[in-house]
Amino acid sequence: MTTETVSKKSLLTPFNVITGLILVMGAALTVWRFGWGIGAVTNLDNNNPWGLWIGFDLLCGVVLAAGGFVTSSAVYLFGMKKHHAAVRPAILTAFLGYLFVVIALQYDLGRPWRLPYPFVVQSGTTSMLFEVGLCVALYLTVLFLEFSPAALEWLGLKRLRNLIHKLTIALTIFGVVLSTLHQSSLGALYIIAPAKLHPLWYSTYLPTFFFISAIAAGLSMVMLEGWLTHKPLHDKMSEEYLAQHDDLYFGFAKGASFVLMGYFFIKVIGIAVDNEWNLLGTGWGQWFLFELLGFVLLPSVLYAIGTREKNLKLIRWTSLLTVLGIILNRLNVSVIAFNWHLPSEMRYVPSWQEIGVTVFVCTMLVVTFKFIATRMPIFYDHPEYKDEH
Amino acid sequence: MEHAFYTLQDFLLYTKGWAYILMGASLVVFVAYWKFLFSRDKD
Repeated sequence: MTTETVSKKSLLTPFNVITGLILVMGAALTVWRFGWGIGAVTNLDNNNPWGLWIGFDLLCGVVLAAGGFVTSSAVYLFGMKKHHAAVRPAILTAFLGYLFVVIALQYDLGRPWRLPYPFVVQSGTTSMLFEVGLCVALYLTVLFLEFSPAALEWLGLKRLRNLIHKLTIALTIFGVVLSTLHQSSLGALYIIAPAKLHPLWYSTYLPTFFFISAIAAGLSMVMLEGWLTHKPLHDKMSEEYLAQHDDLYFGFAKGASFVLMGYFFIKVIGIAVDNEWNLLGTGWGQWFLFELLGFVLLPSVLYAIGTREKNLKLIRWTSLLTVLGIILNRLNVSVIAFNWHLPSEMRYVPSWQEIGVTVFVCTMLVVTFKFIATRMPIFYDHPEYKDEH
Repeated sequence: MEHAFYTLQDFLLYTKGWAYILMGASLVVFVAYWKFLFSRDKD
């Protein structure tokens, strides 16, 4: 068998074929959306101006990218140096997460060339959307700079890499401040819609709920990502990364367990403050309890058991449960419990094109992650910079 | 938990009362939960 035959054969893997098909579909949907307008591909209307692209691509994209600021602050600000090897994968995931949030947002907004408009053409700086836009733009820049040493090591640009490496602590602090601001502001966006969002999900504490749950999501995403990449990228992982692997899970599971317990209590206090106990007995109340007990309290307890029993398998499955719970929460706030009082024929259900674009964006993220992680020093230290940490 | 409220003060007394009870309970639970999480680390 010649080398050419081998390389041709290796290209036709199930992963590549499925990815290729999704990318072709996504390209066609992109032409459709930008050529014929948002109305041609979505089920959005004046009652439901924000749909799946905001509820999943943006809200879930941002919250699941919280692993970047959570891991870098744990290592560089709180001194948990033993988890150092997890920083680069977490930063890469966060950077790509935010990058594709911005790309996905273009499908919702249209006219991509007007992306900088909020910073120059706007009616005031007190707008919550302006705050979110500014924070995301700044944080994406911070993440790009935090990620760039890996790319510069790969490109062999030593001086520039060393210069940016010196900014690590400053960038981490900046990242934590910006994340605190916009993770909570995304929740604050829904405070202006008390008549539209179901009272069980509506609360003046929404910014706090969004921020606290983002910490749990970030910790869980780092564990889930470690689990998902463990097999396919095993040959790219350094001994240091693999040696720290189990400890990272036990440490992060403890953190996530405690944060989720705190999140559970503030959610219950939110019900008490608004006196919504009677709503818990309704159908919506059962759905709310399903989310709160099944995807907040249960993972908190499972993480605790997993870390006490040193049960890696349980912790991994719990990280998946937590991530699904956070996604469910964001979709409840933005889509499912939003406009809950409207008759069913006026309720929003995403079109297949909207789902197709979301799958397309997620696939592009996975492909880009794979491209970078197989080439640049993400799961291992570059030999020239091994002793620098 | 149906409850009749006749004044704003009545409502706030009730809701804040519950909120403070829950906050107090959460502080006790957090200490116990912390001990539960970290107790095996000493072994």
